[in-house]
Amino acid sequence: MDLLRIATAGSVDDGKSTLIGRLLYDSKQVFEDTMESLDRASKAQGLGAVNLALLTDGLRAEREQGITIDVAYRYFATPRRKFIIADSPGHVQYTRNMVTGASTAELALLLVDARKGVVEQTRRHAAITALLGIRHLMLCVNKMDLVNWEQSRFDEIACSFRQLADDLGVKQVTVIPLAAVSGDNVVDPSTNMPWYTGGTLLDFLETVQIPDRARHHALRFPVQYVIRPQSDEHHDYRGYAGTVATGSVRTGDVVAILPSGVRTQVTSIDRYPGSVNEAHYGQAVTLRLAGDIDISRGQMIVGVEDQADVTTRFSADVCWMSEAMTLRPRKQFWIRHTTRRVRCLVERIDDRLDVEHYTREEAPLSLTLNDIGRVVIRTMEPLFVDPYEVSRDTGSFILIDPGTQLTVAAGMVRTPLLADAPEA
Amino acid sequence: MSTLINDPPGIDTDLDQLEAEAISIMREVAADFERPAILFSGGKDSIVLLRVAEKAFWPAKFPFPVVHVDTGHNFPEVLEFRDCRVAELGATLVVGSVQEGIDRGDLVEERGARASRNRLQTPVLLETIAAHQFDAAIGGARRDEEKARAKERVFSFRDEFGQWDPRNQRPELWHLYNGMHQKGEHIRVFPLSNWTELDVWRYIEREALEVPPVYFTHEREVFERDGMLMATSRYLPLLPGEQPFMAAVRYRTVGDMTCTAALRSDAFDLATVIAEVAAARVTERGASRADDRFSEAAMEDRKREGYF
Repeated sequence: MDLLRIATAGSVDDGKSTLIGRLLYDSKQVFEDTMESLDRASKAQGLGAVNLALLTDGLRAEREQGITIDVAYRYFATPRRKFIIADSPGHVQYTRNMVTGASTAELALLLVDARKGVVEQTRRHAAITALLGIRHLMLCVNKMDLVNWEQSRFDEIACSFRQLADDLGVKQVTVIPLAAVSGDNVVDPSTNMPWYTGGTLLDFLETVQIPDRARHHALRFPVQYVIRPQSDEHHDYRGYAGTVATGSVRTGDVVAILPSGVRTQVTSIDRYPGSVNEAHYGQAVTLRLAGDIDISRGQMIVGVEDQADVTTRFSADVCWMSEAMTLRPRKQFWIRHTTRRVRCLVERIDDRLDVEHYTREEAPLSLTLNDIGRVVIRTMEPLFVDPYEVSRDTGSFILIDPGTQLTVAAGMVRTPLLADAPEA
Repeated sequence: MSTLINDPPGIDTDLDQLEAEAISIMREVAADFERPAILFSGGKDSIVLLRVAEKAFWPAKFPFPVVHVDTGHNFPEVLEFRDCRVAELGATLVVGSVQEGIDRGDLVEERGARASRNRLQTPVLLETIAAHQFDAAIGGARRDEEKARAKERVFSFRDEFGQWDPRNQRPELWHLYNGMHQKGEHIRVFPLSNWTELDVWRYIEREALEVPPVYFTHEREVFERDGMLMATSRYLPLLPGEQPFMAAVRYRTVGDMTCTAALRSDAFDLATVIAEVAAARVTERGASRADDRFSEAAMEDRKREGYF
């Protein structure tokens, strides 16, 4: 069975939690005891009908304030497909959570209120999902009941959304009119909108082609852990454990080790309880190599053709996630990239992205919470990178503040730069 | 080392993907922490956890001791199973004992017919973590179990009091985990975060893993309390009007005998258990855990204190 990972985002009061609640409820994924507790909680809030939004708002503070604060993960399956939904809050102050939810998603589901249409938050959410490399945007035009199920209103919104997706360079777009409160076009087709001939939301989710996760076909194998049993039976065993980030590897392949560039041959690909001939993208395996080479965590095994860039300087887009601290040039961090952690500094901030107008403000003095900007990063030791758009796993990183040890930024590698390039 | 598996390359099932993710998280813990431990209760989720650990480091043994918090009210069958499995893996077992804490006078037992040692597990777990200076504790909790758990990170930071602060969690992106912490703080790690109850059972079937017999139907003396079937035991005195009777039951979750309820079931093997779980209309915790019924936010409150 395949697994589709979806990120959702919408503005405050667009009814996103209600939509997900409806999707789970109508596809019979909500259990009776959950319904009973929802019923109790809804009554406690003085609501007449069951508030399906309470299905996803799990924390006490979320229920009290009626908003989603943190990313909630939901799991459901139909006979055709399994889904993991990362449900992110819509408020502007939680942009960082949306970035979090989108980082592992293959499809983004955005929501607008039919009365309001595409608003600034829609533009921001679409920009973030596009930035995070999601290739398929889908828009649910919710609350169609409140615009009398009018086709003209839907068409207008769909048209402006397609324009927006075009501005972002997103090619695959789907727009569906629905009403989450009553369930129209969520799981069951609506009888209120005969002019709409497309499928329901669930039809779409079950049948949409999952974008190719392994767009990059050259081997990238970050060494995560060295396995040395030191037992009598496996006295000389030395295996390099990790997950294939992109591409594939076969027994007998000649590979290169980064950063040294030394070449060797794969003698065995081990996976409990034996060995396999080949391993590909996403598989966790252990490689054994010919010769007596000393390799440790943080190094990378790559194909000899089309190797990753070994670099100490690159440009990247970062989303700043710290409330307490602002990002200023020359600040130092730990950078976590693949299985490597090294010291780095942010050499300069080139621009800040206006996520509502898709323009870039040049040379800002700093980035603050929820800002996204282009920076130049210099590392103390080399990283082995690919641009994020060709490889998520070897193009993504986080920055950790050495003082507080908190994750303060999410980053996407754009272009490797020369180490000794003159300061701009 | 001679077995050659010839599966078609390029096709990974959902279980393959979940397993690969969990293996990668386990290896990350082994590489990134000095003194990690793995929590094992003998329940189905931790059975899967141990299997994933076994696979992640094979042909070496997994580099963690196994930790169990024993309330003193556990099912004897489950404790027996725990000891067998640990011996089979050649692992080291560390037991944190609630009974010993009570005997020492460090813990005070709840009183009354509804007394449970559920909450006493938290201080014992935290004390065990502190005594052994564990800097990471790998657990089998899943996000689909409960609404507060749905918000939990894979690497979940605990302060020096062992507390979880759900409003102030570290952002967690891609598969890049931040395990940095100061001395005295620790990280809880949940490799099975993205698994569902059904996934766990399908995996147990696929891997042909042994589970304690209480997961399958058996005749047991039970009584009804708050609409749930509880096993009669010396730990759980009957209230007036409660009548013990024999019934064919099984357990859907396995915790302390005082807070885990049995279900009427005739599921006798993995296939019938899977069919039952797939058709279930009640969540596993709702069906069988008295500890989650205290309030809407019972789990969130316990987790804040440092619960599993």
